Amino acid sequence: MMEHVPISHVLIVTSAMFFIGAYGFLTRRNLVTMLIGVELMLNAVNINFVIFDRYLFPNQIEGHFFALFIIAIAAAEAAVAIAIFINLYRNIRSINVEEVDKMKY
Amino acid sequence: MATSAIIFYTIAGVMIIFSLLAVTSRRILRAAVYLLFALAGTAALYFMIDYQFLAAVQLIVYAGGIVVLIIFSILLTTHINEKLEKPAPGKVFITAVLTLGGFVLTVYTLSQHNFIVSDLPQTEATVSHIGEKLLGYGEGGYVLPFEVISILLLAAMIGAIVIAKRKASDS
Repeated sequence: MMEHVPISHVLIVTSAMFFIGAYGFLTRRNLVTMLIGVELMLNAVNINFVIFDRYLFPNQIEGHFFALFIIAIAAAEAAVAIAIFINLYRNIRSINVEEVDKMKY
Repeated sequence: MATSAIIFYTIAGVMIIFSLLAVTSRRILRAAVYLLFALAGTAALYFMIDYQFLAAVQLIVYAGGIVVLIIFSILLTTHINEKLEKPAPGKVFITAVLTLGGFVLTVYTLSQHNFIVSDLPQTEATVSHIGEKLLGYGEGGYVLPFEVISILLLAAMIGAIVIAKRKASDS
């Protein structure tokens, strides 16, 4: 269904999404919003895997499996990260990155 | 312009706009909902290229799981009316220049590279095919990463419970 869309356009969209995620990760000061930036970056990479698979190697579906495994890892990562945030909030009443240097001690 | 191209550019626009809103919105709960729309746009893209199973997984795990998890953590850790403080303008400027530079560099590299688009017939990504590949231990089988992922998910589950549970003395 994508014969009329050149691969470079899809890749430009995904790289835009990746760098928007990076921008969010670098400017935000709240841990949850930083996690949102990371999720955007992971998602952009995921689309790249699938698009390369579909356009360049349509006879194999390897990129599809890479995307599946990345989704599983992203879910595990989000679960652990949010457990850490909740524990942190319980201890220091804040999830601002500037105040979480207590995690060092 | 062909219909599929129009659909694709619409989805792409929705994805970019909602990604931008997700990283710039000062209301944190709205940022999470914008992330949901960006992820749903991705699922629509997967539907467009006939990966129905992957699109369903994207919707269930990302849109249904991770976004709900993020919204829960927002509700547990911030007040609903709280607005995030604006990031310092200098920091915004430097970060915007850096990320824009990275984006331009990436697009330049993409434009220099000649992708050889294959016109082989595409393999149907049916559920039975995916299942055979995921549990196949022959050539091109993914049984080892499948098992490693299951261990990882178990470890993440135990880790999340241990980290987030209250100490016995607290209650």
